[in-house]
Amino acid sequence: MNGLIFLIPVALLLGLTGLVAFMWSLRNGQFDDPDGAAMRILIEDQDKPAS
Amino acid sequence: MTYVARRPDWSADAVETRLAVPDMHCAGCISKIERLLPLQPGVHAARVNFSAKTVIVSHAADLAEPDLLRAFDAIGFEAQPLHSAAAHERSQALRKLIRALAVAAFAAMNVMLLSVSVWSGADGSARKLFHWISALIAIPAVAYAGQPFFRSAFKALRAGSTNMDVPISIGVILATSMSLYETIIGGRHAWFDGALMLLTFLLAGRVLDEMMRARAASGAEALVRRTAPGAMRLAEDGASQWVAADALAVGDRVLVAAGERLAADGVIEQGSSRFDLSLLTGESAPVTLRAGDRATAGTLNLDGPVTLRVTAVGEGRAIAEIARLMESAGQAKSRYVRLADKCSRLYAPVVHLLAAITFAAWIIAGASWHQSLLVAIAVLIITCPCALGLAVPVAQVVVCGAMMRAGLLVKDGSALERLAQADQALFDKTGTLTLGRPRAFGVEALDEEERSIARALAMTSRHPLAVALRQALGGEHVGPAVLTDVEDIPGEGVRALWHGQAVAMGKPAPQDLSDQAGASNDPTMAVALELGNGRRHIIHFADALRPDAARALADLCALGLPPAIMSGDREEAVQLLAGQLGVPAEGGMRPANKLARLQALAEAGHKPLMVGDGLNDGPALAAAHVSMAPGSASDVGQQAADIVFLGDSLSGIPKSVRASRATMRIVRQNIGLAIGYNALAVPLAIAGYVTPLIAAVAMSSSSLIVVANSLRLRWAVK
Repeated sequence: MNGLIFLIPVALLLGLTGLVAFMWSLRNGQFDDPDGAAMRILIEDQDKPAS
Repeated sequence: MTYVARRPDWSADAVETRLAVPDMHCAGCISKIERLLPLQPGVHAARVNFSAKTVIVSHAADLAEPDLLRAFDAIGFEAQPLHSAAAHERSQALRKLIRALAVAAFAAMNVMLLSVSVWSGADGSARKLFHWISALIAIPAVAYAGQPFFRSAFKALRAGSTNMDVPISIGVILATSMSLYETIIGGRHAWFDGALMLLTFLLAGRVLDEMMRARAASGAEALVRRTAPGAMRLAEDGASQWVAADALAVGDRVLVAAGERLAADGVIEQGSSRFDLSLLTGESAPVTLRAGDRATAGTLNLDGPVTLRVTAVGEGRAIAEIARLMESAGQAKSRYVRLADKCSRLYAPVVHLLAAITFAAWIIAGASWHQSLLVAIAVLIITCPCALGLAVPVAQVVVCGAMMRAGLLVKDGSALERLAQADQALFDKTGTLTLGRPRAFGVEALDEEERSIARALAMTSRHPLAVALRQALGGEHVGPAVLTDVEDIPGEGVRALWHGQAVAMGKPAPQDLSDQAGASNDPTMAVALELGNGRRHIIHFADALRPDAARALADLCALGLPPAIMSGDREEAVQLLAGQLGVPAEGGMRPANKLARLQALAEAGHKPLMVGDGLNDGPALAAAHVSMAPGSASDVGQQAADIVFLGDSLSGIPKSVRASRATMRIVRQNIGLAIGYNALAVPLAIAGYVTPLIAAVAMSSSSLIVVANSLRLRWAVK
């Protein structure tokens, strides 16, 4: 029982983190162009480090 | 590295335009567009969206749409203008659904974890704790993620009808509140997991359905209106001023420059020019109009400036009549009931009745109202249509993705259902069977020097024949020659000097054409090139057949859709083409004739597929059982059509027919699977044997089977 009190919040928190991360990436347009994202890794010297 | 669609700091005067670029097919294309397009004059930056096959271009505000298309042309891509507002709205709706799905899926996973512990024997205070945690997660999640269903169900109930969302909402709300009650009294079972899983699967179906619509919208539905936005109005004192189309009044005098579309109907007062009427009538050859002739809105002035006295504006224009025909024809089609709706119409009352009978039967059999209600909820939940809700959208989304990769944009799911039923194919001629743009013949006779002069001359003019000539010469790696003293004579052609020699491109004289035996002697479809030193060439143009036209028609015949041609062009031109292809044809048809023909066919019980592109095909496209238009079609044609095929080839038409039939096969299998599952599970539920575990397993496995079956359609577009 003691373990549960500790583990259940941890499990929920981890799940919630995933949910928040998903919502964030959705809002930032990460899912706008899934096919393009797969292609872009093949392009050389195009993406520069974000400054 | 950044993969985010980050917007660079574009200057304040920059305007963003979205364009469809169907030819992109690899990483090289992406990098080519994003690197080379900003090098074009006036273009600041470009960002490719590969999934939607669109490019967002940021450019200077004074760069007009044709210039933008030319910039794409210069780097070797063909772009088509898009209007993005509607697509944007759609993607907002989609995002809301995805968010609801994410919440439902998160909650379902966590509650399921806790439920599994309960099923495997957690008891006493542990069970009570687990149920309370489940309630804490599930109630807000249901309240948030269930909204799309609750709203739609509420709307339907208020209108006095039911839809598939009514049993879903009742089931979810009843199950959640019953579970809360069980939790409070410390009962054995809670149904939070069932309610959440139901929402998750149904939302997945909704997301897929919406995704398909959004995809189609981004590609086809919202292509820009290409009728002229305004005109140059001449005041009494001779001054001219640009006014918007709806500010024009009857009696105004307007100046129409070469290469401009008419914004209103009118009578020509001054000047004469050739007009391209193909958008309106399907006539492929330009028609010469002189002072006193009537000209209609939407036609294109090809040669020289003319002055027009406006006789009709707005709703009075001939073009508006076509729009009215189209609207009334389209209304009849919108009554088509989709297969999924047909199912749900039968489904909702049956499920409610079943649950009510179960409840009553258990009460009569002497069970407590509490137990009877639990069983009734089990029936509602287990019959809830998650497999049924997925059956149609999953199949359609999978096939639409496959079709999209093949350059076929489907507007909505019912188009596939209707296409699968089609038993006849009717084709427009100009722009549909043919490319609708002239192609040059005889360019091979020019030597390299002549080619470069010809290319330079062609680049000075916006005339369609000059554009065609430029395209024919563009493939050769010959740069344009340097010309001086370029002079553009409206209605005649272009004159210039090249190294001191007079060169010209223009209308051929009648004797030029009669010399050449066998060649077409239509003076409107040829140009004469004078290339210095007395070198003269006549280049002929013709509206060429689309590639694969004959094969596509033969394929359609084999698929049980005998083709026929229905064109507004001259009878002789139509019969010539019909003879080549070996199909029956009729020419000289007005939009109303085409419409009447389709209505007659529908009354005779036929389900015709109409393929057309022009404004004149609009009503026919809207009236046909199902319709297709090429990507090069007028915006009206694309709006009216159910499926738009990109690229020049016609082979997309038989491909679409085959894919739609495969889809309907899979959809029927899916519905069969879903009903079969219900037939197995319902008796168990009515008998009261369904534990939450069985319900959960049965529900998810039936949904997964339906999804797996639909994935077979990925390879259906052949």
